[in-house]
Amino acid sequence: MAQPQAMRGPAMGPGRRGPMGPVPKIENPGKILKRILGYVFKNYGFHCIIVFGCIIGSVLANVQGTLFTKTLIDDYISPMLMQEVPDFGPLLQAMGRVAGFYLLGIICNYTQARIMVNVTQGTMKNLRDDMFAHMSKLPIRYFDTNTHGDIMSIYTNDIDTLRQMISQSIPQMINSVITVTSVLVSMLSLSLPLTILNLAMSSITVVTARKVVGRSGKYFKVQQTALGALNGYIEEHMEGQKVVKVFCHEEKSMEEFKVLNDALYENAYNANKFANLMGPINAQLGNVTYVVIACVGSVLAINGIGGFTLGSLVSFLTFTKSFNMPLNQVAQQMNSIVMALAGGKRVFDLLDEEPEVDEGYVTLVPAKWENGELKEAEKRTGLWAWKHPHRSTGITEYVELKGDVVFDGVDFGYTDEKMVLHDIKMYAQPGQKLAFVGSTGAGKTTIMNLVNRFYDIQDGKIRYDGININKIKKADLRRSLGIVLQETHLFTATVMDNIRFGRLDATDEEVIAAAKLANADVFIRQLPDGYNTVLTGDGANLSQGQRQLLAIARAAVADPPVLILDEATSSIDTRTEKIVQDGMDRLMHGRTTFVIAHRLSTVKNSDCIMVLEQGRIIERGTHDELLEEKGKYYQLYTGNAIS
Amino acid sequence: MVKTLLKHVKEFKKDSLMTPMFMVLEVLMETLVPFLMASMIDNGVEVGNQEYIFKLAAVMVVLAVIGLWAGIMGGKHGAKASTGFARNLREAMYNNIQTFSFSNIDKFSTAGLVTRLTTDVTNIQNSYQMILRMCVRAPINLICAMIMAFIINAKVASIYLVAVVVLACFLGLIIKFAMKHFKQVFKKYDDLNASVQENITAQRVVKAFVREDYEIDRFHKASGNIYNMFVKAESILAFNSPIMQFTVYTCILLISWVGANMIVGGELTKGDLTSLLAYCMNILMSLMMLSMVFVMITMSIASGERICEVLNETPDIVNPEKPEYEVKDGSIRFENVTFRYNKNSERPVLDKINLEIKSGETIGIIGGTGSSKTSLINLISRLYDVSEGTVYVGGKDVREYDLETLRNKVAVVLQKNVLFSGTIMENLRWGDENATEEDCIRVCKQACADEFIQRMPDGYNTHIEQGGSNVSGGQKQRLCIARALLKNPKILILDDSTSAVDTATDAKIRNAFATQIPDTTKLIIAQRISSIQDADRIIVMENGCVDGFGTHEELLENNAIYREVYEAQTGGSGDFDENGGED
Repeated sequence: MAQPQAMRGPAMGPGRRGPMGPVPKIENPGKILKRILGYVFKNYGFHCIIVFGCIIGSVLANVQGTLFTKTLIDDYISPMLMQEVPDFGPLLQAMGRVAGFYLLGIICNYTQARIMVNVTQGTMKNLRDDMFAHMSKLPIRYFDTNTHGDIMSIYTNDIDTLRQMISQSIPQMINSVITVTSVLVSMLSLSLPLTILNLAMSSITVVTARKVVGRSGKYFKVQQTALGALNGYIEEHMEGQKVVKVFCHEEKSMEEFKVLNDALYENAYNANKFANLMGPINAQLGNVTYVVIACVGSVLAINGIGGFTLGSLVSFLTFTKSFNMPLNQVAQQMNSIVMALAGGKRVFDLLDEEPEVDEGYVTLVPAKWENGELKEAEKRTGLWAWKHPHRSTGITEYVELKGDVVFDGVDFGYTDEKMVLHDIKMYAQPGQKLAFVGSTGAGKTTIMNLVNRFYDIQDGKIRYDGININKIKKADLRRSLGIVLQETHLFTATVMDNIRFGRLDATDEEVIAAAKLANADVFIRQLPDGYNTVLTGDGANLSQGQRQLLAIARAAVADPPVLILDEATSSIDTRTEKIVQDGMDRLMHGRTTFVIAHRLSTVKNSDCIMVLEQGRIIERGTHDELLEEKGKYYQLYTGNAIS
Repeated sequence: MVKTLLKHVKEFKKDSLMTPMFMVLEVLMETLVPFLMASMIDNGVEVGNQEYIFKLAAVMVVLAVIGLWAGIMGGKHGAKASTGFARNLREAMYNNIQTFSFSNIDKFSTAGLVTRLTTDVTNIQNSYQMILRMCVRAPINLICAMIMAFIINAKVASIYLVAVVVLACFLGLIIKFAMKHFKQVFKKYDDLNASVQENITAQRVVKAFVREDYEIDRFHKASGNIYNMFVKAESILAFNSPIMQFTVYTCILLISWVGANMIVGGELTKGDLTSLLAYCMNILMSLMMLSMVFVMITMSIASGERICEVLNETPDIVNPEKPEYEVKDGSIRFENVTFRYNKNSERPVLDKINLEIKSGETIGIIGGTGSSKTSLINLISRLYDVSEGTVYVGGKDVREYDLETLRNKVAVVLQKNVLFSGTIMENLRWGDENATEEDCIRVCKQACADEFIQRMPDGYNTHIEQGGSNVSGGQKQRLCIARALLKNPKILILDDSTSAVDTATDAKIRNAFATQIPDTTKLIIAQRISSIQDADRIIVMENGCVDGFGTHEELLENNAIYREVYEAQTGGSGDFDENGGED
């Protein structure tokens, strides 16, 4: 039975791949199909079996109904015509039986539909959950190498195609196969020659349909390329619409758009034209089959060949219809199944992506001093220790967390072919402030990515409180580091929760204290609901400065011994900047700090300044020492002082 | 809304009319087939008239061929009409957007415009095709089948009438309830996707604070919520198919019983009964189809409304009737200028501004965030219109100039600037299409862009990626300045356009301005005092008013805000390096 497809799910989700997607080539479609089915079965095996039973039940009811219309004329009405006083008894009895089957069919149908809702939506939920959980465990490299739009489209478009397939295509396919089989059996019981004729006619239909699908698939592919080109143009030019205005480029822009738009129209027209052929071809070839069967059948019936009767012909013709209909449906589902398989592939690609490996075994535990010895404590003490079980000796050592970081001959490249950092040597003693300066692309941010192991180094060693950071569990390593990124990301939640993101068990008082430290308290209190104001759209209605203050508060509530700061470069006015600066300074107090510096005051106050150029530290020292050296730093500094 | 949209069918009107006509023809052919079948059984098979059978068969094959032709033609015209309609809609929207003023653009977000041009149009295209092909087909099918049924036997056919009404009521109820739930669930679904999006972009933060499990937990709760809502909504839909089956089955049983009685009574032939049963499916299927179409239309209404918003938007700023095509010089005068972004807002963004700037002067503008620096300069090239007062450029009201003339003579380098995909040369020529290579290189030298362009492997033919992602922030700003210089403007406005350029280069650019385009009036908005302190005069903005206007020395003397900013920046909190911030 047809179901309103449009209702099933959000047809209006965002996405680049339109609803009339392409028909891409997929390698090994069988394997993906098996995996999809396996995924559904894993959680909903029992449900699936019931659904399968229900499908058989409703097909059975349908066939019984069709059989009844056959017997209606031959077995019940015709005999009555012979009788003097027509006896309606047998007819009533037969109708009662059929009504029973019908009832069964309806119940099965409802049960199937209702269970499928759970199966489909449940599978969607499981897939989403699995994808999200898996995604969260992927290394930063994944997010740096895939565009966010592409990742997003797996959650919207690809999942959607799978939903379509699980909820509709697959049950319909099963239904079709069962119907075709049972109808075929019934047909055979009526007439072998007519059945063969029917099969021959049907194969012509199927072959023609496949040809058409192939043609339209080709056009859909071209259409998709045209659509991509147009969408790209639209995105770019909507983004730059104000620039278009300023340069009076409207006419030119319209011309360019028209070319792309017309190209899309041509291709979309062709693609749709061929897709629209399917329906009429299937329907009319079905009608021709019907006519041919009627002719041949009537010859057989009139001549009484093989005991073929008029009643048999009538029901055979009904079977012809029931035989062709599912075949058409299968043909129509083909396109969406191919699309779903392509979507499924991308979903599984995400799930198969290697998660971040963590072989670290050194963990961070709360600690206390007992008789001059560092011991593990049960509760948060404010004192932390690295718990280091030495594998060779079996002794567990406790090392106090101080924030002593050493880089020893570190080489790194995002790919093995191209190194971006060479032989980086540096050390930061607890409480020291290290500033990195250098031009864009010199490798400042990359160094930060290594300390918290967003990326792993190719050569050399990084030690943290004397421990090789490769031995430290990533979660514990990152917990001991506070990070304020250049760009502040806020989540859809209250201000309170956004700050608490730094440490989940922080009390409201602690959050407010952190906000005060970061100079954020004043503006937060001016928000409509104060700390309970819900931020949406990445904190869209906050100013740059306010967002930075929240990021600082977030790091402050985490209270880590080591800080990594990437000073924001966005232009905020001098007054706000001073507020942000004060917050930063207070946060840095007493912590080992690595800072990518953009502000003169930050650099001047550092214990050591590293000047980076093309992945190497070319100068190091304090402000005064470096000025004396009259090198790159001197240039940068005096460049600032020119005006 | 429908009227606004349909205006854009234009040259595809013919196709839009042909489609339903062919569909009607196809339906007619399809309806005739069961009718002829009945006749074939009654008059051919029963009486053994082979000749009659073949004659009818031939007719039926002809009908099938006509039906096929009609179906193909209908499909073709339908495809043409709907894709053409979509093309026209996109073009109309895009062209209308081109006439938008800044305030019109502000009203729609970039993402909003993109969605309207892409997803929304696709939705309308699909619905339009559906309407053309199905909306006519289904009712005609229904009516034809009904008429045929009534021709055969009115008494039996009336059963259908009742069934159709009953089924229509049920389907209507289901749609009504389901739509209510779906509307809610789609909104929640969007929220869920928004949170995925948030997590993808903020992955560094999540990882840095080791909050993966926390986020996973939050997501699980949200997705569980969605699951429940979807199940609730779809459970209602699950009634659709069984109710439809129930009606079909009841009809079959009723007709069988009534039919049998009538045949026995001699009121009906066996063939008639077969045809009647065949029409049963026809009628109910078309009803089902109608409900599908209805749902689809309901869902695309939102898209249609969004498209209409763009189509119906009228530009705020239009060319005057007798425009002036000549800008005399680069002098600027503000006379009692008050400006509001929104007519109804109480506090104006700019309040009674009076300024006089001579042609060729270099003017620095400084002030805190929200002090309306950008709003002030946007009025000069008439990107927005004043609410009260007048802005004069070259001695004439800006509203008297031809817009293109004005904007070519007043070059603005926007704060949020954009480069387009294409070569550097192509990007530069936005300023002047006919500029020679020498011109381009000259302006790049002035903007200190030549030095880094020369270092690029393909020099001026280097391809810029979408959004200029393969050049640093400072490089992008310098290219944007060069692009504006190419216009050869009488007034050049830089809106914080060197914030990512290091201070030494910044000074070099300003030096080039002073020596090479001395006659051009230059307005420079900056955060850094160093960028403006050597300007002829400096405007200090505060809360939409001019707080001070004079030379560096004068302002240091008598303007508190200026002095405070100056001291803060020279006291050691200035910018340090070339902070492109793109690494």
